[in-house]
Amino acid sequence: MKKEKLDTGIEKKNIIDRVWKFLASVKLGIILISLIAFTSIIGTIIEQNVQPEKTMKFFVKLFGPELAPKAYVVAQKLDFTDMYNSTWFLSILFIFSVNLIVCSLERLPAIYRAVNEPLKPLNIEAFNKYSIKKHFKLKGNMENAKKTIYPIIKRLGFKTEGERSIGIYQYYAQKGMKTRYAVYVIHLSIIVIFAGAVIGNLFGFNGYLNLPEGSKSSLAYTRDGKQHPLGFTIKCDDFNVDFYGNSDMPSNYTSWLTVIDNGVEVIKTKHIQVNKPLQYEGYTFYQSSYGPIPDNNEVLLVFKVTPKGGKPQFVSVGKNGNFNIESTKLTGKIVTFSPALAFDEEDKPYTYTKMLNNPAALVSFTEDGQPKYDRLILKRYSETWELPDGHKVELVDYFGYQYTGLQVRKDPGVWIVYLGCILMAIGLYASFFLNHKKIWVYLTDEKGYIDIKIAASANKHKQGYEIKIDTLLKKYIFKEKTTK
Amino acid sequence: MSSSEFFGYATMGYIVAMIMYIVFIAFKNERLGFSASIITIIGFSCHTIAFIMRWLDSYSMGIGRAPLTNLYESIVFFVWCLMLGYLVIEYKYKYRFFGAFVTPIAGMALGFVGLTGMSQEIQPLVPALKSNWLLAHVTMSFIAYSAFALSFVTALLYLVVATEKKSEGAYIFWTIAGSVFFIIIAAMGIDYVRYALVEGVKFESQNYLLTSTFLNPNKTITFLSYLVSILIIVIVWHYGFVLKNLLISFKIKTAILDELTYKMVAVGFPIFTLGGLIFGAIWADQAWGVYWSWDPKETWSLITWLFYAGYLHARMLKGWRGNKVAIIAVVGFITVVFTYLGVNIFLAGLHSYGDLS
Ligand code: HEM
Repeated sequence: MKKEKLDTGIEKKNIIDRVWKFLASVKLGIILISLIAFTSIIGTIIEQNVQPEKTMKFFVKLFGPELAPKAYVVAQKLDFTDMYNSTWFLSILFIFSVNLIVCSLERLPAIYRAVNEPLKPLNIEAFNKYSIKKHFKLKGNMENAKKTIYPIIKRLGFKTEGERSIGIYQYYAQKGMKTRYAVYVIHLSIIVIFAGAVIGNLFGFNGYLNLPEGSKSSLAYTRDGKQHPLGFTIKCDDFNVDFYGNSDMPSNYTSWLTVIDNGVEVIKTKHIQVNKPLQYEGYTFYQSSYGPIPDNNEVLLVFKVTPKGGKPQFVSVGKNGNFNIESTKLTGKIVTFSPALAFDEEDKPYTYTKMLNNPAALVSFTEDGQPKYDRLILKRYSETWELPDGHKVELVDYFGYQYTGLQVRKDPGVWIVYLGCILMAIGLYASFFLNHKKIWVYLTDEKGYIDIKIAASANKHKQGYEIKIDTLLKKYIFKEKTTK
Repeated sequence: MSSSEFFGYATMGYIVAMIMYIVFIAFKNERLGFSASIITIIGFSCHTIAFIMRWLDSYSMGIGRAPLTNLYESIVFFVWCLMLGYLVIEYKYKYRFFGAFVTPIAGMALGFVGLTGMSQEIQPLVPALKSNWLLAHVTMSFIAYSAFALSFVTALLYLVVATEKKSEGAYIFWTIAGSVFFIIIAAMGIDYVRYALVEGVKFESQNYLLTSTFLNPNKTITFLSYLVSILIIVIVWHYGFVLKNLLISFKIKTAILDELTYKMVAVGFPIFTLGGLIFGAIWADQAWGVYWSWDPKETWSLITWLFYAGYLHARMLKGWRGNKVAIIAVVGFITVVFTYLGVNIFLAGLHSYGDLS
């Protein structure tokens, strides 16, 4: 009875031990890394998070109409259409994290001991076993030899520890022991990044908000259209697309946003662009898209009117409104408007896109009620702004015609992710570009000259280390022409 | 002279050097090897001048940016880094035979630029691309890619020297990988001879890549191309030892090849992690508000990264040392190529959106 109990106890321990060993193995690590790499491919072939019809069409293209529905069912069962959020993929990532943590914990004590172990003096019998070794003799006594050797050790960056016995002097030192931790900093950084991602997914928000020029909203929307209260109000004062020259290639998208919190304008007309978002209360607003609202009737044409010899003035006019040119009797009436004017082969005007690519207004001017002339004024072409009488009417904006598409995000985990990235960068640098170096210099007094043995080793970049030692030896010793 | 003229000289230099390096290996004529190195250096200098001139040109056009923003410019930069890396290795290790395997990669990249007829103009940037993070991301990615390309060569050579038995997996792997590499270059060479020399085509805006062979509209020729390819693979498989003996006559050791492969990965990996993944994520975060969105390009970068992480760790397992590790390094570079070109060509084609331009 007693014996049996004991046995199961050991067995239990064995199982835990075995599981621990299994989770600590580098082989499992490599298998998991490969598994993540290979399964990730699926999601790059099957488009993720798209309408079922699109996936179906894709399967038809790939497998033909007969097999496509079957493939679709299988893909659906295995979550292939949203695989990066699927339980099975996240489970692999989870096991990978556990493997990484256990594996690192398993090795850390030994590394800690290695880092803190004091360096042993040179084992002179085993001199030939050291990976870098130099042997030569110098004329003179011990004091002179020490003076010659010391600067070399100092130049290599070591703080020396000395040891003395009769007729023998020894320097030995090591540095960069702590770089042995670098690998574990890299491993830790991966866990930190995962943690940041998990926090962002659990407590963050990722949605959008389309705001017409001049309007405001205190809600954002999730991808599936659910409302999300922001706790403050955001207003789009204006939106504008700039183009390269007269081409249709956009050079900049700019929104001017105002944030109103508790009735107070806390941020006023701040402009945001792609790569330059606006942040408020943990939310970040990114310029992500834009579009026209062609059926909006509350649009305003904004002109910059400069009477001949006078000062420029901004005027806003409704769809079919009028404006006067100051200190003249001229009145402009908007006849029609096109957001993107072009001319076909027969020189007939037409609108080539709904976007505000080439805004143009046909304005009919009257003087004292008498028709005078019609002008086609284009925002892009300054030569169309000049009126025959020397006045200038520039089309500045068509306000209220466009909406700005904002991506709205709240991610409390992003700073943790960035922290992980910084850790990773530091770890990578220390792991790949620094090393743990050791050096021993062993001086023996041999009547009239000193026998010098230098041994050295490094866990990485041995070649570079040896070259450095050779260069210094050449510089400090062999220029003095001594026996080698 | 203009930037593109200098670039033309550089391309010519690399191609001539490639031929000379290959002849040098076959006949071990030291003088020829030396001349090949000199021509490589001249080509590289022209390349550098072309790069700087293009940069200056963009300023005089009022666009003002480093020439690193489209497919054409990035491939040209890749070749520049690759040749720089190669010249450093040649100088440090005095391994000239190596050039015969690196210059073909340069030739392949440049041939790809020409044959696909991709746009070589200096174009203004769309708003999302105006970011210094993006610039750092692209620059560092390509430095890393060229380090990976060099590790690909050393790993492949490792397999050539380390394997012998025709039935051995690693031997079969290298003969297939090496043959495919050779077949693609040869097929591009045929395209060039046909279009540039015989038909006098100027490569612009039309994709000629492999249209003389594998993508020929004539089905018989396509079929023949595949047949010949299989034949080449079988021949290489059968006579692989010839290459091995040639290399051994240059006194190269597997240990040094393994070390070189590791060194290249050890340079490429941290740079790729920082530039390729971290800076890329920061850029995406600033531009779109998500640092990671699992889009195909991102995911393939991650796959590449995982492969090289796998390589670093596999070297720690005793049973995996040698052939298995070298195979991982070779496949790693194939994922690099796929990340850069395959995602745009195959995956995009699969979903019929976008194309080379
Ligand atoms: C993709 C994730 C990983 C990355 C980026 C990574 C990174 C690294 C790097 C850069 C090194 C140094 C390699 C060298 O110097 O050649 C290293 C070493 C190591 N890694 Fe990882 N690693 C990852 C995952 C793992 C996993 C899952 C395990 C667990 C099985 C693991 C176990 C180790 C061990 C045992 C070492 C050697 C430590 C030493 O030399 O003291 N790694 N890792």
